[in-house]
Amino acid sequence: MNEDKGAIKKMMIILSKGTLENVYAAFVLANGARMEGIAAEIFFTFFGLEAIHKKKLEHLHVATVGNPAMHMPTMLGGLPGMEALASNMMKKEMEKIDMPDILEFLDILTASGVKLWACKLAVDMFHYTKDDLYEGVEAIITVGDFYKESAGEGVHMLFI
Amino acid sequence: MEKVIAGKPITVNEEGYLTDFNQWDEKVGEAIAAENHLSLTPRHWDVIKYLQNEQKNQVALSIRRVGKSGVVDIKELYSLFPNAPLKTATKIAGIPKPASCI
Repeated sequence: MNEDKGAIKKMMIILSKGTLENVYAAFVLANGARMEGIAAEIFFTFFGLEAIHKKKLEHLHVATVGNPAMHMPTMLGGLPGMEALASNMMKKEMEKIDMPDILEFLDILTASGVKLWACKLAVDMFHYTKDDLYEGVEAIITVGDFYKESAGEGVHMLFI
Repeated sequence: MEKVIAGKPITVNEEGYLTDFNQWDEKVGEAIAAENHLSLTPRHWDVIKYLQNEQKNQVALSIRRVGKSGVVDIKELYSLFPNAPLKTATKIAGIPKPASCI
């Protein structure tokens, strides 16, 4: 911990959720690390895989149910179309602050040198193949591979 | 505070960014680049001039915007300035550090 005064050298981010706000959190953190000269890698597992699934990544939504910070009654949040409506509103606001959409963000991340990994267990569970996934994904790996990839000084791991 | 860069006293902030662009010239840029272990090629200068121009037009800088500029793509930006590209390039360019998160 005392090497280089505890400077962060690499961020290993595990994304386990497929809601828009969580995916953006992971992407902004990874991109922000690269902008500071810190290495970054993302391990996509369970619903996080939706963010790198070619056919699904453009249809991610914010959660309108079970999310008290939406300040929307749960029953209202469950109405048909409500998630899409809230998601579209959020996407419009994001565009205003120069936030890229998911596909463009993936392109930015890979161009910036962020390594993207898919979790083997989750890929098997959802019956996905490498062809279903965004082409910038390095490989489908096990949790053990991910730990090996995380070795080194100044490496921090973050679960989203 | 003052710092001697390329043989001249230059006013910089605590992170080493110039506070007065009028004190900047190419020699100053080269000296700051050398401090960051970079020797500037014509491609570096393309990026630096572009950033200075954006600053002059008061455009908020972000990696995404630079990538879309047509001057340089994100991959090349990172290969030209491998360690914190936007922070390093703006420092060399003598303009303020961008406050962007993306």
